[in-house]
Amino acid sequence: MVDVPFDTTAGIPPAEVGEVELYHPKSWWTRYVFSQDAKVIAIQYSMTAMAIGMVALVLSWLMRLQLGFPGTFSFIDANQYLQFITMHGMIMVIYLLTALFLGGFGNYLIPLMVGARDMVFPYVNMLSYWVYLLAVLVLAATFFVPGGPTGAGWTLYPPQAILSGTPGQDWGIILMLASLILFIIGFTMGGLNYVVTVLQARTRGMTLMRLPLTVWGIFTATIMALLAFPALFVASVMLLFDRLLGTSFFMPTLVEMGQLTKYGGGSPILFQHLFWFFGHPEVYIVALPAFGIISDLISVHARKNIFGYRMMVWAIVAIGALSFVVWAHHMYVSGMHPYFGFFFATTTLIIAIPTAIKVYNWVLTLWRGDIHLTVPMLFALAFIITFVNGGLTGLFLGNVVVDVPLSDTMFVVAHFHMVMGIAPIMAVFGGIYHWYPKVTGRMLDETLGRFHFWVSFLGAYAVFFPMHYLGLLGMPRRYHDIGETSFIPASAHDLNAFMSVAALIVGFAQLVFLFNLVWSLFKGKEAGGNPWGGASLEWQTPETPPGHGNWGKELPIVYRWAYDYSVPGAARDFVPQNEPPAGLAAQGSRP
Amino acid sequence: MAVAIILLLVALASVLFHIFSPWWWTPLASNWRYIDDTITLTFWITGAVFFAVVAFMAYCVFRFHHKEGRRAAYNPENKRLESWLTIGTAVGVAAMLAPGLVVWHQFVTVPANATEVEVMGQQWMWSYRLPGKDGRLGTSDARLISSDNPMGLNPDDPNGKDDVVVLNEDLHLPVGKPVKVLLRSIDVLHDFYVPEFRAKMDMIPGSVTYYWFTPTRTGTFDVLCAELCGAAHAQMRSKVVVEEDTEYHAWLEKQRTFAELSAQRNVEKAAYKSGRE
Repeated sequence: MVDVPFDTTAGIPPAEVGEVELYHPKSWWTRYVFSQDAKVIAIQYSMTAMAIGMVALVLSWLMRLQLGFPGTFSFIDANQYLQFITMHGMIMVIYLLTALFLGGFGNYLIPLMVGARDMVFPYVNMLSYWVYLLAVLVLAATFFVPGGPTGAGWTLYPPQAILSGTPGQDWGIILMLASLILFIIGFTMGGLNYVVTVLQARTRGMTLMRLPLTVWGIFTATIMALLAFPALFVASVMLLFDRLLGTSFFMPTLVEMGQLTKYGGGSPILFQHLFWFFGHPEVYIVALPAFGIISDLISVHARKNIFGYRMMVWAIVAIGALSFVVWAHHMYVSGMHPYFGFFFATTTLIIAIPTAIKVYNWVLTLWRGDIHLTVPMLFALAFIITFVNGGLTGLFLGNVVVDVPLSDTMFVVAHFHMVMGIAPIMAVFGGIYHWYPKVTGRMLDETLGRFHFWVSFLGAYAVFFPMHYLGLLGMPRRYHDIGETSFIPASAHDLNAFMSVAALIVGFAQLVFLFNLVWSLFKGKEAGGNPWGGASLEWQTPETPPGHGNWGKELPIVYRWAYDYSVPGAARDFVPQNEPPAGLAAQGSRP
Repeated sequence: MAVAIILLLVALASVLFHIFSPWWWTPLASNWRYIDDTITLTFWITGAVFFAVVAFMAYCVFRFHHKEGRRAAYNPENKRLESWLTIGTAVGVAAMLAPGLVVWHQFVTVPANATEVEVMGQQWMWSYRLPGKDGRLGTSDARLISSDNPMGLNPDDPNGKDDVVVLNEDLHLPVGKPVKVLLRSIDVLHDFYVPEFRAKMDMIPGSVTYYWFTPTRTGTFDVLCAELCGAAHAQMRSKVVVEEDTEYHAWLEKQRTFAELSAQRNVEKAAYKSGRE
């Protein structure tokens, strides 16, 4: 049994938390709106992220309409198409996935899973959400300003991003940069909280090597985000200065619409380095929480301990560290010194090894399990398939010379949607179906859930798997209309139309999910405290949904790791983390 | 059962799609066959891993799905298995990386006999410049750009006088001769992309980037811009005509040099001025 020895022979006195340590809401406003309770903040974060995510979903429909049926929809022109792809990408990566995994899942699960009453800085935690909301509002405002949102692509590469040949050069780019700056400020407040809570507020007995992998994933991702976001922060500030004050951080001597500008001496490549120094860790900031959630879903629903827990923890840490030395694989054809290619291709392919270990350990957890094909488990299986698919195409793009023909084509679009679009969203859905009963006390409807799952998984796969082959053919990305070429056959347009229809169907299936979220809140089956038979602490709360302060008078004491499923000789097929060993219970020393 | 079958079908359908896909890379027109070969090798290795992982999952779902009375095994770790899997993965990764790096070394090592050709991108058109009889390109500077000198060439540089300037028209190249493409932009990022050549590289205002290749068959090939460059990015097109030496030289004879273009413009200007006075 993998367990860190813990001296429980003497019995452990209960840990009571005095009244002074928690902020108690005094009114409806401080309980539900300006709340300092991490669980309420988590729900606020999640709802805001999903609301802005719906905007990005609608944008993806418009993009697919244009790509599938170019010229049919007169209300979409080239400028708008660029604005759609920019806003879709930025919202999905930062305002939806980052916020939902860290602000949503992180806030809800960290205190419960480590056995704390709340985050360690509840007031800062509340501020974090309100600054995030402000960032979202500023971002949404760009749809209504003169010139509309920026169409610079989510990478915002200068000089193009701030010159007049690009839509949204007037207000859009300024508000976009301002919104990013706000987001990073808000995130930093929340992120410090998550890290300090995991390090300082674990209940007694909860050693680091007993943490559920969800916490490990979110914890590592948060540390990475705290190190990576500052690069985006300075890049945004400098680009804003270039745009507003006429500085030339990223602007060399150049011509704008035939006229020589006053810019000179800056480096466009510098922006790309700063952007991707943030941007690559960002991939793992989204992926690591998903890894953690998937590990826990598979273990709980296969009624089996996660295979190779220690390897899984070290793989998370190794991926987190390595992801800071691979950023320039996004820049193989950027014109940086070509010898960088040797270094970054090597580091990039090395990162495949710890990532592969995680995949092996997930599927080996299924081996000789007792697999319950619940909706969360189905999403976990779909996560593995889409993640493996997207991860393997990463080996094409990471291998510098293979990237040369494929870079900037639809192959790249297919790759990153599979690996950091579909896969993490499968983890989000799996996580929501899994923990919704703890959050609301009711189960999500299973029939609707299965419908949502099959349409989303098979539909999204049908969109993005064939897309790789359009990239192989040489179809470039960020084209609103490929137009006349000598090398793209008519059948490629039919394939595009097929993908668009699939994308629309997948999009509408998400409405079923939203309906399920609301309907089950009132009509869902009563869940009880631990409907899945989970061993980790969040399923052991005295009340469901957990009350203010999470635990009753006493904090739980942890005696074992989070994965004691189907332990030989145990009465049930799971042993909660806070259940004392048999000998100790017999002595009656448990307080 | 149904779930296991669907998972297996996803893997099978992916493999079949790959085999029967009518959408595949364009016929090669350059020396970069090694790039295609590295992609093929990578498809084999990754395809095998993908199928193995999904098939294993499907088998687990089929064999170990919940039944009354089933209880999962309890096996937290297996050091031997984990080590072997790690080593196997490392070998597979090395098998893709090693040839990749070898080919990259070729890609970044320009042969000494390569002819230089300059490609200049601007919103939203392509211009080209070929060295004249002296075989050398003159210097350029974005500050010199004007309607008379759209490429910003240095009029005081003797090397530039005989440079052949091709504004917003097709580029012609002789087949079988290695070319070093010097890439330059005067406004935003662009990327000179010809799918059949496999190579591509961004163009950055303020610097000159490059790549090299040898055209291996004659024909006319589309040039696209592969780096988002603003509203008309998708319409930024041109063509490269690869032809036999004699045809190429016939084309070259008809092109005009920087000196000829400047002189002609000066004459036009003078005529315009005198006509008005």
